[in-house]
Amino acid sequence: MTYFPEEVVEHIFDFLSSHRDRNIVSTVCKAWYRVERLSRRSVFVGNCYAVRPGRVMARFPGTKCLSVKGKPHFADFNLVPHDWGGFALPWIEAAARGCPGLEELRLKRMVVSDESLELLARSFPNFKALVLVSCEGFSTDGLAAIATHCRGLRELDLQENEVEDHGRQWLSCFPDSCTSLESLNFACLKGEVNAGALERLVARCVNLRSLKLNRAISVESLARILVRTPHLVELGTGSFTVEHRAEAYQRLIHAFRKCKSLKSLSGFWDVAPRCLQSIYSICPNLTVLNLSYAPAIQGADLVKLIRHCFKLQKLWVLDCIGDKGLAVVASTCKELQELRVFPSDIYGTGTAAVTEEGLVAISSGCSKLNSLLYFCHQMTNAALITVAKNCPHFTRFRLCILDPGKPDPDTNQPLDEGFGAIVRSCNDLRRLSLSGLLTDTVFLYIGEYAARLEMLSIAFAGDSDKGMVYVLNGCKNLRKLEIRDSPFGDAALLENVGKYETMRSLWMSSCDVTLGGCKALAAKMPRLNVEVINDRVESDEMEENPSDMHKVEKMYVYRTLAGARNDAPEFVDIL
Amino acid sequence: MSPPLEHDYLGLSELPSSPATAVEEGVLTLSATELRLGLPGSETTDRKDKVGLTLKLLPLPKSFVSGAKRGFSDAIDGAGQWRFAAGEGGSEVDLGKGGGLFSPRGEMAGGGTGKPSGQGNAGKDTAVNAAGQEMKAVARVAGSVGHDRAMAPAAKAQVVGWPPIRSYRKNTMATNPSKSKDDADGNQGLGCLYVKVSMDGAPYLRKVDLKMYDNYKELSSALEKMFSCFTIGPCGSHGIPNSDGLSESHLMDLLNGSEYVLTYEDKDGDWMLVGDVPWEMFTDTCRRLRIMKGSDAIGLAPRAMEKCKNWN
Repeated sequence: MTYFPEEVVEHIFDFLSSHRDRNIVSTVCKAWYRVERLSRRSVFVGNCYAVRPGRVMARFPGTKCLSVKGKPHFADFNLVPHDWGGFALPWIEAAARGCPGLEELRLKRMVVSDESLELLARSFPNFKALVLVSCEGFSTDGLAAIATHCRGLRELDLQENEVEDHGRQWLSCFPDSCTSLESLNFACLKGEVNAGALERLVARCVNLRSLKLNRAISVESLARILVRTPHLVELGTGSFTVEHRAEAYQRLIHAFRKCKSLKSLSGFWDVAPRCLQSIYSICPNLTVLNLSYAPAIQGADLVKLIRHCFKLQKLWVLDCIGDKGLAVVASTCKELQELRVFPSDIYGTGTAAVTEEGLVAISSGCSKLNSLLYFCHQMTNAALITVAKNCPHFTRFRLCILDPGKPDPDTNQPLDEGFGAIVRSCNDLRRLSLSGLLTDTVFLYIGEYAARLEMLSIAFAGDSDKGMVYVLNGCKNLRKLEIRDSPFGDAALLENVGKYETMRSLWMSSCDVTLGGCKALAAKMPRLNVEVINDRVESDEMEENPSDMHKVEKMYVYRTLAGARNDAPEFVDIL
Repeated sequence: MSPPLEHDYLGLSELPSSPATAVEEGVLTLSATELRLGLPGSETTDRKDKVGLTLKLLPLPKSFVSGAKRGFSDAIDGAGQWRFAAGEGGSEVDLGKGGGLFSPRGEMAGGGTGKPSGQGNAGKDTAVNAAGQEMKAVARVAGSVGHDRAMAPAAKAQVVGWPPIRSYRKNTMATNPSKSKDDADGNQGLGCLYVKVSMDGAPYLRKVDLKMYDNYKELSSALEKMFSCFTIGPCGSHGIPNSDGLSESHLMDLLNGSEYVLTYEDKDGDWMLVGDVPWEMFTDTCRRLRIMKGSDAIGLAPRAMEKCKNWN
């Protein structure tokens, strides 16, 4: 192979789309390393602190698409203090210097300032797509800069970010010459936007296929927009508050009928059940439906709607659909691949909305199901065993029983056997989240059977260090392990230290790991950053030099080539 | 695994039910209702038996004071300040109506029915008081250390970061309560939204429930009635332009003829002119209202004018 001209090798590498494959071929020999690095167009950095931004740009000068992830996953649930880190600016600065041809930037769980957005807007003449997921730190001023300066922008996708509202002018900053938008998602913005500017923008962007509005957009405005965008494929509605007899509602129904290409629907904040009828005409074409922000729709109305959606592949819904509603989904949506059922009543004062029955019904009706996120009040081993038998194709299985440590209500047993059946049956399982009462046994099963597992989330589970050790020794493809409130201590942490260099990261909070254990790990493995995160409240009261016996509240360990980071706040100790 | 222990925990039947309804049922049948409370220091069963049914109060462990937060895991594993254990250790106290203090964790053992505890059956009232005071004491300390994970004796113990739902979703759902729930429960929790209303020059403030009104017109007439006694005669208008965009806000029309302007403080602490945003958004973000003298509102007026200019 090395006797082929480089152009041929490069052409062959073009067929390698996955990052992992490209990473592997680059290790074959120096020549391949060189060809690969100059031809790589899409770079993925799973942990922004694993490598310095400058190094990435130097190695891959032809980068067109850059994806970077910042905070650990548990930051989603407020377990990571607010200013822990994950800043986007160094990455944007490095890209501006090293890869000015950058076209796409995807950031997840990072702190993005208005300053960095302004720099982004001015530094890349070919910039086409910005996707921010679960980020924070910016305001509509930063968005205004993007709108103003990014000529030829195709995609602006803001998913579940915390955005400060500094006024609605940002949307008006898209110049009249901007006609290139294909995807615009500002659903997470809380403030108003200039409705007239929006309507004109969507009218002139003839290639617009995905539009997700925020709650401030009225039904009247939505109707006007839809009239101008009949080719939309994905739509996130704004607020759906409308009197169903109103003229605006009639116009909306009419507009929906014209949108023959719509395949994906979301939004529906504030929707009244009656107004759902307006989308019945679209339902037979829908492949994606997200009703998880519409608590006013109870089971019966949801069911009426879903009976029309027989092509559905992805459904996100609240648990008010109930077990009976899930049975209807099972009998209607035979193409279903992904299901997410969120709790509508988080602190559990209402009646149990979905139980194991709903899940069993789904599994028997939807054999193509491969991705599940299911919040419920209870689960049984028998149900899980049935689900495992019915759906052996799970790649993502996340079950959250709302009451931590709750056993099987029929038998009072832990749920070890149920989850064991899942890992035994689903050979392609890549992601697993556990809940309910669990002993070390479940980890024995996971270590033994979950060969392809890459991400494991553990909460309130296990009896002893053995549990964690089973996982570390068993799951050879494990990349991310996150554990909270489980009795794993130093012995488990230090049992297989080499493992952590094969993983992206390890998170442990409220476990039995001590400061001494963390220090020992840091000493043994210099290419890991062992971060001890002290909660603010605690650190005020903590003594100057806590003893090594002191239990560590939060620990985050990750492999890195960059050494200790220099932007850590004072409450983070990098050992 | 040891055979399931029979426990009557707040009179739960075999069928699983949510904690709250269980509590309600529990209060009804006296003999079946038992929240057995172990006194501090009493022994608990082994950790494996996680069918947590008895609540034991322990003296505050040192770790609590030193600031190491244990929270829920200790509750289960018995190393922390609260413990749930299927316990018969020590003296037990019948707690009839105390059911509201803790949610039952774990489920009833199959087929278990009333098994009244014969021991330690002190007078129920005194028992309740004693337990109540103990719990209050611990809760106070818990509160003072400022740990949001220390478990307060609420109907459901709340743990940080649990259930694992993104804060974005939690926040969005919090401002979007289920309408039907509100109808059923009346003014429960998110059902009412009292905000203070101050008026410049008035000797005292008032409070209004924003949920009582459906639009700006109703709010403005209510406020007008409330504060009519304070209005000091008619005054010239201050030329605040009134465009179509403000038609929702009759309050603006009303106050155009007087020297007053209605403003509100939003979630971010900024003072805004009432009437700009849709009603629902206004009720979500409004923290307090202020009826401001027109002369003080000069700073706000340009925004209104700018807004009208940019409207189309």
